[in-house]
Amino acid sequence: MITVVLVAAVKSVALVVMVLLGFAYATLLERRLLARFQLRYGPNRTGPFGLLQPFADGIKLIFKESFMPATADRLIYWLAPAISMVAALFVYAVIPIGPEIRFFGATVSLYIADVNVGILLVLGASSIGVYGVILGGWSSNNKYALLGCLRSSAQLISYELAIGLAVVSVVLTAGSLSLVDIVNAQQRLWFVALQPVGFLLFFIGALAETNRAPFDLPEAEQELIAGFHTEYGGFKFAMFYVGEYVGIITMSLLVTTLFLGGWHGPLLPGPHWVAVKTFAFMCLFIWIRATMPRVRHDQLMAFGWKVLVPLGLLNVVATAVIVALVGG
Amino acid sequence: MWFRTPGGDLLLDYIPVLVHFVIVVGLTAALPALHALVGGSRPTPPKMEPYESGVWTIGSTRERVPIRYYLIAMLFILFDIETVFLFPWAVVYRRLGAFGLIEMLVFVGVLGAGLIYAWKRGALEWE
Repeated sequence: MITVVLVAAVKSVALVVMVLLGFAYATLLERRLLARFQLRYGPNRTGPFGLLQPFADGIKLIFKESFMPATADRLIYWLAPAISMVAALFVYAVIPIGPEIRFFGATVSLYIADVNVGILLVLGASSIGVYGVILGGWSSNNKYALLGCLRSSAQLISYELAIGLAVVSVVLTAGSLSLVDIVNAQQRLWFVALQPVGFLLFFIGALAETNRAPFDLPEAEQELIAGFHTEYGGFKFAMFYVGEYVGIITMSLLVTTLFLGGWHGPLLPGPHWVAVKTFAFMCLFIWIRATMPRVRHDQLMAFGWKVLVPLGLLNVVATAVIVALVGG
Repeated sequence: MWFRTPGGDLLLDYIPVLVHFVIVVGLTAALPALHALVGGSRPTPPKMEPYESGVWTIGSTRERVPIRYYLIAMLFILFDIETVFLFPWAVVYRRLGAFGLIEMLVFVGVLGAGLIYAWKRGALEWE
């Protein structure tokens, strides 16, 4: 019992540190890559290649004055970014980043827990993240923030359906909700080959869930200033930022786990493959942001409800029929 | 044992999840506390005004919200619960055989009819 708790605590701290470092460098990666796409240099003065930039930003944000609007709802105003950050970091409890490895003679599993409802827990926790956005926008008592949070919540819940339906077809193919089992089911053939429609649904849903271009309407800066976090400054803003960028890492990791065989791959050891595939998807997220224009809100909702949801339902039916015919 | 559920599964599996949750919540509570401590706060009336492009705020923000957001939320609840019902079915599907397939076809058929109905009644239109 004590050992279970201690092992979990060590793994959890290591993972949180890794994810937060990943978050810090995801912001730098995005700024540098976007700059290169636009023929600029991006931040390259702080340390070699600008590698110390994320720490300079973090330290600056924590020493900023902590102000809030006088008419804001004090409790909810502080709670919202915390919900965002907790939801983003909590999902890593069940996402595996590698198989069991030998470490100083002991067998260590590279995940905190392998529970039998793994993917459901991930979906649930990421749904809780929507509360951060809604409550943050509402409690600021600012018109831009309110508009941003309304749009954002409509978008997030609509595209969550697409993700949910894509995950159902993956679960149908693998026959398990545990993420470790899902990865092991892809040993011979990655699910991207068996579930191409599900993969597309999930990827488009992931772009919308993380508020990325072309679905970055909640923060359309030309019309809504900054959307739901207009009234957030200093480290409270940074917590929303953690939620957003950790979300990108999570979604890349989930695409890797559900569709690209997780840690399966030739030559390199497992965790390296997870890192390579996740990194490739993060670059793809940034590339899409640099390429695609923003869609209109009615187009966004119509696409979610009239294309993705029917397609997801059909995909589930088609998968079920094929599984029944092939016999699993 | 007290931690055994009727299905024989160990609730012990969830102890690492709980530990992770506690650590994440602790970190999330510590960082804003540090920020409030070292950041300081010198509120002045203009600073505490909600940001509205540099002019004084006009009217209240807590106004009525367009009805279509409620509509979308209601549709979401219906379809999200449906997805949740599909998860256990997807796990045991191979053991159910033809019964599972037909049962699900009826279920998704009813939902598809519901989606088409909402569509035809204009619930998905945004204008």
